[in-house]
This record gives sequence, C-alpha cells and structure tokens, in this order.
Amino acid sequence: MIKHLNTPLSEEDVMELRAGDLVSLSGSILVARDAAHKRLTESISTGEKEPFPIKGEIIFYAGPAPTPPGEVIGPIGPTTSGRMDPYTPFLLERGLRGMIGKGKRSAEVMEAIKKHNAVYFGATGGTAVLLSRSVVSVEKVAYEELGPEAVLRLEIDKMPLVVLADCHGGDIYVSGPEAAVKLFQANI
Amino acid sequence: MCKRYEIEASEITQMVYDLSLKANRILPEGLKKIISTASDREKMPLAKQAFSDILENAKLAEEKSLPICQDCGLAVVFVEIGQDLCVKGGSIEDAINEGVRRAYIDGCLRKSVVKDPLFRRENSGDNTPAVIHWKVCSGSDITITVSPKGMGSENMSRIYMLKPADGAEGVIRSVVEAVKIAGPNPCPPIVLGIGIGGNFETVALAAKKALLKPEGVRHNIPEYAEIEREILKRVNALGIGPGGYGGMTTALDAHIETLPTHIAGMPVAVNICCHALRHAEGTIEGRILDD
Repeated sequence: MIKHLNTPLSEEDVMELRAGDLVSLSGSILVARDAAHKRLTESISTGEKEPFPIKGEIIFYAGPAPTPPGEVIGPIGPTTSGRMDPYTPFLLERGLRGMIGKGKRSAEVMEAIKKHNAVYFGATGGTAVLLSRSVVSVEKVAYEELGPEAVLRLEIDKMPLVVLADCHGGDIYVSGPEAAVKLFQANI
Repeated sequence: MCKRYEIEASEITQMVYDLSLKANRILPEGLKKIISTASDREKMPLAKQAFSDILENAKLAEEKSLPICQDCGLAVVFVEIGQDLCVKGGSIEDAINEGVRRAYIDGCLRKSVVKDPLFRRENSGDNTPAVIHWKVCSGSDITITVSPKGMGSENMSRIYMLKPADGAEGVIRSVVEAVKIAGPNPCPPIVLGIGIGGNFETVALAAKKALLKPEGVRHNIPEYAEIEREILKRVNALGIGPGGYGGMTTALDAHIETLPTHIAGMPVAVNICCHALRHAEGTIEGRILDD
C-alpha cells in the first residue's frame, strides 16, 4: 500500500512512517548536496542569517542534469547521502524534518533522526528520468554559482519514495537484507 | 614498404560525440536482458518495485533522448589505435576531449569534473578532461569505447594487495567483502569488474576493462568462470538487493580480467558499477594513402 503525503510533514505524519513503507510525496521540497551543505552549515555556525529557513523542510540530496528544452527539469536522482552526514545532525537539530537520498547514514545521523522525529526517504538510485516526471516546477533558492550543486526548491507531485529510516529506529538497509537472507535460507 | 592510412581528427571528434550521447541515453541490450531476467526472479516486493522502476527509467530515457542517470560520470574512453594509422588535423587527445565537450553540452548531460581535486574543486564546465586509456595495436583502424562512470559506485571500489597463498578463496572473500561494505551505496543491483594480477596501477585498469565484457558470459577459462559463479552466488546471498532494500539480486554480473604478475604478489581490484553500466563502441577504418 502506498501512503500519500503532502509537505510540510507534521511530526505526527513522520511518526506514522515505518522503514519499508512506500510513500508518494507531493508539495514543496529543497534540493541541496555537498557544497551547499558545507556553505549552509558554515554560515549558520558563524551567526550569519540562514539563506533559507531549514525548519520543517525536506532536503533531496541531488544534482540534476541540465534542463533540456521543453522539460521542467533534467533527470534528477538521489546522490549518496553519507557525504552529507557530517552536516546532518546540525540541520536536524534546527528542525530539518526529512531527507531524500540513497545509502547508509552514520550512527550520529540515525540517532538524530530518532531524537528529532525526522525521516530518511529513499529514491531508487539510477531512476532519474522517472523521478523527474514528478517535478512540477523548479526555483533557484541559493548558491547559483555552484552549478549542479545550487540549492533548488521543487514542487513535486506524487514522487515515488521508500522510507529508509524511521524515527523509531527502523532501517530498511538492515531489515530488508535480513528478510532476503531468511528467504534464501528457506529456499535452500 | 609498409602501407600507411589516414583519418581526420574531426572524424574522431564526431565519433566520440555520438558515442557519448548514445552511451548516456541507451542502456546496452544485453544489460537490459539480464536486468529483466533478475526482475522476473525477484520475490521481495520492494525489490520488485525497484526493478520495475529501473526498467521503466531506461525505457523513458531512450524514448526521450535523456540521460539514464543524472550522474553522467567521468567520460572514460578506451582507444585502440592501429600503428599504421596517421591522424591529420590535430591531436587525437584534443579530438577526443572535443567530442566529449560538445556531447555533454549539446546533450544536456551533467558536467561533473572538477579541475583541482582538493582545494578549489572548480567545475571544468564541459566534463573534460576525459579519462583516456590508450592501446596501440597492429592494423589501420581506430576503435573507441566511451563508458561514462558515475562516482557513487566508483567510491565503493577497492584494491586488495593479496599474496599468492591467498588463492581463489582470498579473491572471492575480497570481492564479497567489498560488496558487503558498499551495501546500498553503489546503486545495486551492481556489476562487478574484477582485476587479478599485474601491479598496483594495472590491476585497477583490468577491473575497469572487465566491466566491459559481454553481459552474462562467463570467463573462457573454466577455473576463472567458476570463481565468477561462486562470487555471484555468495554476493547475492548477502541479500542487499536492488536499491539495498533487500532482495535476491545484489550483483547482476561478475567478470574477471587477469594479468601476468610478480612471483611475490596477487593484486585484486574490485571495480563496482551500478546497474546503469553505460558504454558504446565504434570503429573508423583508415583510408589508404596514395603515395
């Protein structure tokens, strides 16, 4: 069963989610990756004003391909989230509600997800054309000079996602392979 | 007297341009087939969904002439050039980079190359320079393979400086360990390119070349074919599955490429590639010179 959710996600929305849930997400999300995380964290830490508010937001770790003529956005898929781990607990503390990416997170991030009632969504890596179909509009928000690493705001309609880690400690990267291994053993 | 042959540098540029676009947009037929077979075999629901998304994505990319993945990679280019061939009108290297530059700009492919790796990390803006591997052979043709390689899977690749006594079991264990550590990060289901032998720098190249071997075809030496099968069996038993969501297929394929090595060593390189193993090949025959 697919859960349909709209942003901004409330704390209650997030608490309902469990690792392995299929989610269809609509509404407004941010796109930011490596260099933008570094810049954002540095500017908040040095007491500068946030270039955009982080509270209640969902960040999609991605750097789209250039937009071809006639398209809303170029292919956009998740990049490896682990590279953002050093910055993530700091952002979760400041109210970041969720992330969309792929790959394992550090123990600190997993702990912060639980502590702050956040959620880590996954989009399947290498399905960038499919994911771009759910993008309705794109707006540049900050750091335009970073090219494919600029911060964007996307309006999305029914983006197909999976809950990778929930705020109750559930982690599909642990439970999924465990279930598969059991299935293998049952078949031998 | 030996005959001489020629081509124009601009022909190389055109071929690299065409191959860069094709490789980024169209998944090789053989690869689509092994993905479909794995999809049919899959029993876990999330994994099944991931397979269906991967196949749908490839179809959409081809139909709409869009890159399969937003990470259009470093442009890895393999060149095999006949020693009787003379290239007119510029250097081959410039011609190749020009083909990459134009394709990445015209084709709306993402430019992911930074010039300085540590400090400035400034984007070169056109995805050059390409990573070029040269091989001079006999004959008068030039064959070029363009294989865009994303960094998600490249970051999870490894080199093990094994010793001869580690044997086949050592090789298998190293590969399984590399895949286990990689987990969901390299966009599974993956393809494994495994280099065995050579030295520190050549074993990595052998692993990359192994990725380009025909899909689903096992090594022509039975002992190596057996290792490939055993690797696939043990890697898939990890249950990582498509997207890392848990599933029957973690690796779609595994290929070994061997090199002669030193009496005291047995290097092993594991080059992991995501399910979008993109490559396209082309050949130009030299025209005979009259004089």
